[in-house]
Amino acid sequence: MSTLVWAVSDSATMIRRSVLLSMRSIDALLMSVLLPVLLMLVFVYVFGGAISTQAAPGAQSTSYVDYVVPGIILLCAGYGSSMTAVSVNSDMRNGVIDRFQSMPIVSSAVLTGHVTAALLRNTVSMLLVVGTAALLGFRPEAGVLDWVVAVGLIWLFMLAIGWLSAAVGLATSSAEAAGGATFFMLFVPYLSSAFVPTQTMPSALQWVSENQPVTPVIETLRGLLMGTPVGASGWQAVLWCGGLAVVGYVWATYLFRRRSR
Amino acid sequence: MIVQARSVEKSFGTHRVLEGIDLEVRRGSVHALLGPNGAGKTTIVRILSTLSRPDAGEVLVDGFDVVRRPGQVRRVIGLTGQYAAVDEPLSGRENLLTMARLRHLSPRRARQRCLELLTQFDLLDAARRPVSTYSGGMRRRLDLAASLVARPRLIILDEPTTGLDPASRQTMWQAVRALVSDGATVLLTTQYLEEADQLADRITLVDAGRVVAEGTADELKRTVGDERVLLGFADTAAYDAARHVLGDRVLGADATRLTVEVPTDGSAGAVRDLLDHLRTSDVAVATIALHKPTLDDVFLTMTGRTAAGREAAPAALEEVR
Repeated sequence: MSTLVWAVSDSATMIRRSVLLSMRSIDALLMSVLLPVLLMLVFVYVFGGAISTQAAPGAQSTSYVDYVVPGIILLCAGYGSSMTAVSVNSDMRNGVIDRFQSMPIVSSAVLTGHVTAALLRNTVSMLLVVGTAALLGFRPEAGVLDWVVAVGLIWLFMLAIGWLSAAVGLATSSAEAAGGATFFMLFVPYLSSAFVPTQTMPSALQWVSENQPVTPVIETLRGLLMGTPVGASGWQAVLWCGGLAVVGYVWATYLFRRRSR
Repeated sequence: MIVQARSVEKSFGTHRVLEGIDLEVRRGSVHALLGPNGAGKTTIVRILSTLSRPDAGEVLVDGFDVVRRPGQVRRVIGLTGQYAAVDEPLSGRENLLTMARLRHLSPRRARQRCLELLTQFDLLDAARRPVSTYSGGMRRRLDLAASLVARPRLIILDEPTTGLDPASRQTMWQAVRALVSDGATVLLTTQYLEEADQLADRITLVDAGRVVAEGTADELKRTVGDERVLLGFADTAAYDAARHVLGDRVLGADATRLTVEVPTDGSAGAVRDLLDHLRTSDVAVATIALHKPTLDDVFLTMTGRTAAGREAAPAALEEVR
């Protein structure tokens, strides 16, 4: 059979392995899947009342739960990232990757396995967030096509975070370092329009938040789900996510191959 | 020869790890790479298993060049590294099934091979338990089983018993012997002379990135020498006189401890003759001790220095018998 068929078969085996590993580390799984839901409750019930979602004076204000859902969905990827980095790192340190690289297989499929498992975990987390949000009064105005495009963009974002986390796992020397180094993926959404309108920030921070990847993604998701104008955010979001996914993939596979020298 | 390596060199930065290694491993044999920590054993293993590229020299595994034809080499070998490279949250069976799928066995054949290996390595009772509940010895056996799924012709074991208790070590040794009787070739690294002695048909002694000796266990022991007798003296005068009287027979002398070392066949007669010889020359011997060559003696003979700095595990100090 052709190499491609084996590559697909090896990837399928690795995905199966990673999913099984995720399901067995139930504490880490619950943590990464449930935290975004808890965080949403905190934002909606604790902070939300004090946050004005008015983008500009006189503009229309939306209910806070409607405002915050896109940001929380992106946080799912952030909270899942440390588990991905830690899994990749432990495979590297305990000799599992050595074994795979000494076998006649497409050994980088082990990374595909981890990133795909991350995507599945993030998706479960996202479904829980959207479900809970609906109970809290989340009322999106999106049609089927809007949802399809939104989910596509979310997956692209999760894929980017997944590959970046895999690269972080390969670049760090211990599980603790790997887990810690994914912190920035959690932190970046807070410096965006995910939780508060950027207009309320000091001007320097406002510049940062308007020129980082999360803000266009958030604005695009808001546009698709709530019917606010998308504008230039749409293509910016796709470029950011696609670009970061490519960077993460190239970085991770480079580090993976560099090991065999 | 299943492994042919010539003048293999490897450096990491400015540190030269391998300084021209030659290695030949016969088909169907157990070959041991013996040496202290830092000798370069693991680097050799990584090069043979295509995980690392040599800077110079040529390495053939089953006739395939490890640099130019890594894919072919990987079809021949089964690697069991220093750490048990198994997934702890998964069961032993799940670990083996993953390996079987990666070697593209049909589902039926995979389950069958799994069962064979679990039986062979005495893991059947624990097959469905997570590996995290396994003992160190069980983990190593599962790790070995995982590298055997596709019946490799060359099995590479990097320090297979380091950190195991004596009973688990025995079990591991039996497993390795069984592999060879099935027709495979085993290349293992070890820092225990006893392990090489017990398992290996041939031993390559490695130190500081060079091969310092090669041969069967018996051949190596002969080069190290027979038993020695250690004579202690009460004062410098007697010590000097003894060195003078014994002349060429002195293997080693320690002026601070006032001891002189002489070879012997270990018989009572030979020791009595030695003492008689010294007495007729008016040299008074204060103490006497017999000892067998140790791993340190091997290194002293082969490299001109002791293997100081190597791991002080008690088993590493086992004497040659």
